[in-house]
This record gives sequence, structure tokens and C-alpha cells, in this order.
Amino acid sequence: MYVAVKGGEKAIDQAHSWLDETRRGDTSLPELSVAQIRQQMGLAVDRVMAEGSLYDPELAALALKQASGDAIEAIFLLRAYRTTLPRFLASVPMETNTMAIQRRISAAYKDLPGGQVLGPTYDYTHRLLDFTLLANGERGSAPPSGDETVEDCPRVLDFLNSEGLIESPLANSGRTQSDGSAESETPADLTRQPLDYPAGRDLRLQALARGDEGFLLALAYSTQRGYGRNHPFAGEIRQGEVAVEIAPEELGFPVIVGDIQVSECDMINQFIGTETEAPRFTRGYGLAFGNSERKALAMALVDRALRARELGEDVVSPAQDEEFVLAHCDNLDSSGFVSHLKLPHYVDFQSELVLLRRLRKEFEERKSGRQGPKVNTTSKPGNQDEPSTDNEQRREVKQA
Amino acid sequence: MTNAALYHNPDSQNDGQNDSQSNSTGYNFAYLDEQTKRMIRRCLLKAVAVPGYQVPFGGREMPLPYGWGTGGMQVTATIIGQDDVLKVIDQGADDTTNAVSIRRFFARTAGVATTESTREASVIQTRHRIPETPLSHGQILVYQVPIPDPLRFIEPRETETRKMHALQEYGVMHVKLYEDIARFGHIATTYAYPVKVNGHYVMDPSPIPKFDNPKMHGNPALQLFGAGREKRIYAIPPFTRVESLDFEDHPFEIQGWDQTCEFCGSDHSFLDEVVTDDEGGRIFICSDTDYCNQRFANGARQEAV
Repeated sequence: MYVAVKGGEKAIDQAHSWLDETRRGDTSLPELSVAQIRQQMGLAVDRVMAEGSLYDPELAALALKQASGDAIEAIFLLRAYRTTLPRFLASVPMETNTMAIQRRISAAYKDLPGGQVLGPTYDYTHRLLDFTLLANGERGSAPPSGDETVEDCPRVLDFLNSEGLIESPLANSGRTQSDGSAESETPADLTRQPLDYPAGRDLRLQALARGDEGFLLALAYSTQRGYGRNHPFAGEIRQGEVAVEIAPEELGFPVIVGDIQVSECDMINQFIGTETEAPRFTRGYGLAFGNSERKALAMALVDRALRARELGEDVVSPAQDEEFVLAHCDNLDSSGFVSHLKLPHYVDFQSELVLLRRLRKEFEERKSGRQGPKVNTTSKPGNQDEPSTDNEQRREVKQA
Repeated sequence: MTNAALYHNPDSQNDGQNDSQSNSTGYNFAYLDEQTKRMIRRCLLKAVAVPGYQVPFGGREMPLPYGWGTGGMQVTATIIGQDDVLKVIDQGADDTTNAVSIRRFFARTAGVATTESTREASVIQTRHRIPETPLSHGQILVYQVPIPDPLRFIEPRETETRKMHALQEYGVMHVKLYEDIARFGHIATTYAYPVKVNGHYVMDPSPIPKFDNPKMHGNPALQLFGAGREKRIYAIPPFTRVESLDFEDHPFEIQGWDQTCEFCGSDHSFLDEVVTDDEGGRIFICSDTDYCNQRFANGARQEAV
């Protein structure tokens, strides 16, 4: 009995209401509020903001709730909202030097002006499950005494830069020249213009900032294991709040529109030098919304790897390959296209079936035609004179 | 006949705010904002002017996943007008889940009339098929495209393929087809079969079966292709020459079936195979549901099913 694939409409509705029910879970338990997610699932919220490329903790928390905690689904929700928002202005370049520091460490110097500030990190926790939390109890530890203020933290790479030991931060900033003219003042924006190769560093950094943390992490790791090694030192990692400023034309001066939490990583990498230029360290840079340190580190490593061509290195590894990295780092691109395999492919599959059956039939016919002892059946199926016999047996409709 | 925006007098275009609250969704008419539509229309015009050329466009995130028709949806959202009648098919059928989902999307965000009839539609968005019913001048067929570049699986690099297209360096494509013949005795590409458009660009017709390729040639309807994830748009204007690549001694040919449609008895449409039991039972039915229903209603089948 043939059952048609009808009723798609009804099925979709039913699936959606089942999904709602599943998302809510046991209704005897109190519902999770968006505020709770924002406060207590902060790192998940930060990742959604970073890869959703929209700084809005409340909406990111809402997206996480709606997506049952699935990061990529939540990122998708946020992106699809972001894309409809009007753009008024581009901000003035952010000054992370003026960051209200919560965390600042350098792996290159033991001590330095401003000191090493650990901040709220999981780094030195022992990864032992805390059963107090399971028993619904809060930890008894006293809040840290808040009287110690963080001193000014000059940028670690500036120490090196003042000695000329590292390339200047603006060296080879290599902005994308969208119109083919000289460097434009406005950085490129891949959410408005399609990605174009070779991409400038501005475009690469944007793609990486939106890129999937897992993918970038794996690429970064691959550079450490020899696939495009670039000898990194974590020059400086900092987290904290930075003011975002805009400078409307009619005003003529910048005004602060708010503070955002960011994680930043300056990587110090192996040096370059030429006949005419003294050897110096090179840089890799990472920046992400919220407390997304892993992402910022990975991004800095991949940024440096992608500068291979510009620095005259051989492009031999995936992490150095701009088209490979940029075309595949976006998790909405990749999850969308991988999951589209769930969509029907009856027609294409049928086309393959028709061909495969025909090939097998021809194979059988050849085999039975070859019952004599002379033919080696393991030879290649398509030797020279076979196609012509095939032509005569062709049963397909010929194109007029 | 069509009311699609591409054919509109520019004066009748809504230029932004007029449309904005024309529906209850809180989004602009057909979801995309008018700035974006204008950008896409420019790309469409370029695509029509250079048939088969892949025009990069600033593709937007859509509320459906990439790979599920976001390119086609952006094209449809851009060209559709309030008086248009939209048909959406997936695998030739109006009732497959993704077709239902996209049709609903436009019914909701644009409030346009929808239809399952190929003849009544002014805009048809499709995935993987060209309707069996011949299209007429004024209709627009919008294809959803996963990988727009026919050279992608031969040369993965965009920087390379762009040059190859510009220089018409298509030898590799013929080599690939030749290798099929050497190995299998046939060209083993059964869908997304490459075509040459207007004597210049080799184009991926999207994963339609090669059965549908001849329908692209000289078609009176405008054919638009949108690839959302890859951010490319291309087009075949009405009555354009579209040739499927082949060899003199291995001419292009399309699939055929020994069976006929179980419902309407058609012996000339693309047939889907339906497994009816676990003992090898199979029936074949038209993949184009509208075509099949029309034929069935017209009593094409003599005996009752």
C-alpha cells in the first residue's frame, strides 16, 4: 500500500509543539528565566554573542533558552535577528588599552607593570565535580575583598614595540580594498559584502571573530603540532570592559554609547628579518565578545598562521590556507549545509539509481558474454572497445 | 503576466517605509529590508545581463538554515510583489516539508497568494526540479543552489575557478566527463549536469536531474539562481541557448524509465521510486505532483488505480 509523503504541513506543526514541550521539560520544575541564564550561564551567553556577532546578553540568553541550550542553534537565532537590524554608524576604533581590567596575564614576562591579574578563571581549579552544587547548596567562600584596584596595565607588546623588537601593530594591517582603490578607511564587512579572496586582514579577523570556536581551536592546535608552526608566546591576555564610542558627523567629537565586555589576546610569534630589516617578532591577534578566552587565543594563532603569505612563509598547512579557513570557519554555513542532507534528495538519488542499475546490467551482460575462457574478469571494467558496444545497447531516451 | 518586481516599472516600487508594517510579523514585506532588496536587484540585473556568470552578492542571514534554500529565498523575497502568486516545490513536489516551510514563510511575511499550480504561479521557487508543465513568458523560476560553481569539485579554490571562467578554461570539465566514459562507459553525472550558457559560461544548473537540463534551453521563463551560503546569484534570461556538455561520440542523453507513473500513467515525466514493502515491491510515481494531479484529473489514466 502506498503511503504518500503528504501532510508535511501538519507534521511540521506537530513537530513544533512537541519541540516546545520537550524544551520546557518537566513542568513540575520551575521554568528557567532568561535572567537566570544570563547570570548563571554567562560563558554560554558570551559564546553566543561572540559567534552571533551581536553584543546583547539578554537576547543571547533568550536564544539559548529557546534553543534548549544548543549553542549553534542559539547563534543562528541571534544572527537571523542581527541581520535585520539597521546600521546607524560604525564605532570609533575601540581602545583596549583603557580597559577596566578583570583579568590580565602575560606568559612572556614574570612580572610587569600592572602585574599579573588572574581574575575569575577556571585555569587553576581542579576539575572535580562539586557535589555541593548538586545538593543545591552554594559555596560558602567569602566574596573576594574588593578593595584592591587594578593598576594601569600598559600593553605588553608596547614594551617590545618601543625597543623595535616586534612589528608595529599597524604593520601590514592590509585592509581589504573592496573597490580596488587605495586602502579605504572603513574596514570591510563580510555581512554586507561577499567574502572576496585574497581577503585583507580586517576581513580575516572579522571572519575569525565570528568563526566557530571549535573549528578555530582545532586549527590553532594544528599549528602547535607542526602544521604551520608559528612559535607562539601568549604575550598578553586581557579581559574586561571597554567603552564603545561613536562620533556622529554632526557632533564632531566621540561620545560613549556603552561598555562591552571583551577578551583580547596578543600573541608574540617567531621573528622575521631581511637583508634590510632587523629581525623582529611578529604578531597574531584575537578578540571576542565576553569572557571567551579560549576563542581569543585560538583566533590569535590562526590570525598569525593566515599571515603566512604576507610574511613570505610557505603556505603548506590548512591553518595557513586562507580559502580553506575562511570558507569553513562559520558554524552556520557548516551546520546548515551539513544538516541539509536531511532534506529530501529523492530526485538526485533516483537519478543515481537509474544509472547504477544500468551500469550493473551492462556489467552482467558483459560477464555472460564473456563465458569463454579468454577474458580476464578482473581487468578494468571500461577498456577501450566497450563503450561502442554500450552505445548500441543504450536504452535511454535520446535527447532530441 | 507576472507582477514580479523585476518586471515592474521602478515608479511602482515600494522604496522602503511604505511596505514596512504591511503585515503582522514586525518585519518588512517579504522579510528583507528594502536596502538589501535593492542590492540584490542590482546583482540580478547584472546576472541577467551576463547569462551564466556567478555574481557575488552580500547574502544575508535568513531565518532558515544555510543549505535549505536561503539563496532562493533571498531572490524570491527580492522580486516578489504583493500581487504575485507563489509556488514552491522541492523534488518537484509541493507537499515536501521544506517546500511547505518556505511557502509558509512567504505567506506569512509577504502575505502573497500561493498556489500548487504551475500555470497559475508567477514566481516558482524550486529545489532539484524544473516543473514538467512548460513555463511561459513572464513566469520566473527561482532555483535554490547549494554549490554554484560547476568547477568546485575539480578545483576547490575560488581564486582559481574565477580565472578559469574568465578564460573559458573548461578543458578540465571535459576531461572529467571523459574519465567517466573511460571508467564506466557513460558520463556518470546524473544531476547537477554542467551546461554552457549562451556560448560562454559553464554553469551548474543546481542539482536538478539531467532529465531537466533540456528544459532550460530556450525557456520563455526567466530563470534565476540563488546560492545563499556561497553568496552567488546567476541567471538565464528567457530564450537563451543552454547546452549540456557532451562529446560527438557520446552525445548528451537523459534518463528514461521502463515503468510509467502508477497514478497518471505518464511515460515521459521524471519518476520517483517508492518502496512499497520490504520484499522488493516498487512503484513509480511522477516527482512533479502538480503535473501528476492535473493528468490524473484529466483522466489520462484509463483504468482506476
